[in-house]
Amino acid sequence: MSTDLETTTPRSYASYTRPVWWRLLLSREAAVVAALVAVILWAIYFVPFFGNQLTMTFLLLDVAPIMLIALPMTLVIVTGEIDLSVASVVGLSSVLLGSLVDHGWAVPAAMLVALLAGLLCGLINGFLVAYVGLPSLAVTIGTLALFRGIAVGLLGTKAVTDFPQRWTSLAKAEIGGTGFPVIVVPFLVLALFFALLLQYSAFGRGVYDIGLNAEAAQFAGVSVARTKLVLFVMTSLVSAFAGIYFTLRFSSSRGDNATGLELQVIAAVLLGGVSIFGGRGKLPGVIAGVLLIGVLSSALRLQGTTVNVINIIIGVLLIASVMSTSVLAWFSDLTARRHNRGRNQSGPTTLAPAGVGNPKEVDR
Amino acid sequence: MKFPNGKMAGFAAVTLACSLALAGCGAGNGGGSGDEGSSSKKTAVTFIPKNLGNPYFDTSDKGGEKAVKEYGGTYSQVGPQEGSPDAQVQYIDTEAQKHTSAIVLSANDPKALCDSIGNAQKAGTKVVTFDADTSPDCRDIFVNQATADGIAKVEVDMIADQIGDSGEVAILSASANATNQNAWIDLMKKDLAANHPKIKLVDVVYGNDDDQTSFDKTAALLQKHPNLKGIISPTTVGIAAAARYLSTSNKKGKVAITGLGTPNQMRKYVEDGTVKEFALWNPEDLGYLAAYTAKALVDGDISGKEGDKYKAGKLGEFTVGSDATVLLGDPFKFNKDNIGKFNF
Repeated sequence: MSTDLETTTPRSYASYTRPVWWRLLLSREAAVVAALVAVILWAIYFVPFFGNQLTMTFLLLDVAPIMLIALPMTLVIVTGEIDLSVASVVGLSSVLLGSLVDHGWAVPAAMLVALLAGLLCGLINGFLVAYVGLPSLAVTIGTLALFRGIAVGLLGTKAVTDFPQRWTSLAKAEIGGTGFPVIVVPFLVLALFFALLLQYSAFGRGVYDIGLNAEAAQFAGVSVARTKLVLFVMTSLVSAFAGIYFTLRFSSSRGDNATGLELQVIAAVLLGGVSIFGGRGKLPGVIAGVLLIGVLSSALRLQGTTVNVINIIIGVLLIASVMSTSVLAWFSDLTARRHNRGRNQSGPTTLAPAGVGNPKEVDR
Repeated sequence: MKFPNGKMAGFAAVTLACSLALAGCGAGNGGGSGDEGSSSKKTAVTFIPKNLGNPYFDTSDKGGEKAVKEYGGTYSQVGPQEGSPDAQVQYIDTEAQKHTSAIVLSANDPKALCDSIGNAQKAGTKVVTFDADTSPDCRDIFVNQATADGIAKVEVDMIADQIGDSGEVAILSASANATNQNAWIDLMKKDLAANHPKIKLVDVVYGNDDDQTSFDKTAALLQKHPNLKGIISPTTVGIAAAARYLSTSNKKGKVAITGLGTPNQMRKYVEDGTVKEFALWNPEDLGYLAAYTAKALVDGDISGKEGDKYKAGKLGEFTVGSDATVLLGDPFKFNKDNIGKFNF
């Protein structure tokens, strides 16, 4: 694939002519945040009991696992890959924690083992994707089944529900009387870490480069394989942490814990404005996307809406959000073609959705 | 994937329009029932089944609705799609936020829900479990459909009767963690070992209360154990799926199937001879009794002490037993002769 320097579009500064606040206001992230604010205001005014402090506490407790995993998942999807195995890692970490505690281990030691298992899962995913060069969609569908299988196999038909009170209440504890659960602290730390990593480090800029064009990123000095390996490891590690939280929050360690969570995470990431084709997306949008889904379902539940209707609404919202990108792109494509007919050959032709990948990407 | 910034406004507009449209329809539903004060007058009872779309709970909750309407309360039913405890927690939490008068719950796990139930009780909500219990110390009252002994015995008796008290049998259960089913299976094993030495239990498989999974597991059972003479399925989803498989296979009439089922689901298979006899209590009565139990708790007529007495509409008077448990009655056997009289 030789790219002629002449025909590549020169970097356009046109979008930088407007002031920062203007650009921020019109970004896709701002649209998600606006939608979130709108839904919160609607819920406070029209949904009885939504304004209670208790609602916020439960809401944050509920969305915490999704929110945690969405952080590294954003980076993975920005590189144009995907990790479908996260929910299975949550399940595996939950089962490990449960069965070790059941065998008389101290909780911190069991937690460490669960995290190490997460690390190992990430290494498997990352190695197969980054160094063997397999498409992440296929690899992580495989490990989704593999890790879940191990989890169910380890605990069998049992469910461990006896955890030391100290730890289960910690998972649900509030910071003072503020109504904010303790889990927001590790979340904020991780959010800050991933935001800084993505926006302000060479590693993070490399993540975007890989998503836009892995080959170019390679030539520009980004270590594509290493970056991907690190991202998959971080995703599984955070998933294992989420699994520990999940287990203690529900005092329940079961092989089928968090089944289907990966789709909720990916839905939230996409709703938050991350492109499934890679190369585009920011963490604030993703966090708003997670909260938007959380607030909507909490408010609808308070209204007594059944789970099916809630799923339909969230599904429609997601489709509308993803479609808006394509429709807008189609429109801008149409207008562009009308303006300069035949001058430009159509843009990128190698777009493949996340995880389907291009084996050439890993040629080193 | 680049487009002029102006177009972004379009997306913002679409999203906002979507959320406003949601706000609009939401206001219609929820706006009226606003004030916290008004909810205290009417007894608001919320049924939380193990999962939605399960015909068993549709029937039991219909009975509950009937009872709640009889005494002029407000009835609602919410619940998760999948029968897992973590999904139920959200719904119990929601009722705590609403300060609902009472929850009638079929628990997906005996212990995992206890913290959440504790929150609801702190918010002033009475918690009645029915169908599947939690640990006795975390709920107010359990409405028991039948004693575990009674159920295990009726199932073993039916299969022994149908296969001539000897041969291989297997059990097709619900999920591997289902509280009820596991207790019954243990008792059935004991009963078989003690009273039916010629019957050999060769396998216990789990269909997860999912029609397709149960169907597939039945097929696998019959293949794995060619000498199988009977299947016991102590779950309504399982027995119907097993009967559906059997009715079209060449083992129809050769392999007996029995367990717990509902007449409407099983009618076809009883009439075509696939199934001779199965048992159940009346789930509609169970929901009805649970709703009246909730009412009695909310009104302070009973507290869950052993010996407390209360009236449950058309079902008459009930007495609270040990461990704050109320018993509905004995299981009932359905067969060709009586199935026509039932519609649930």
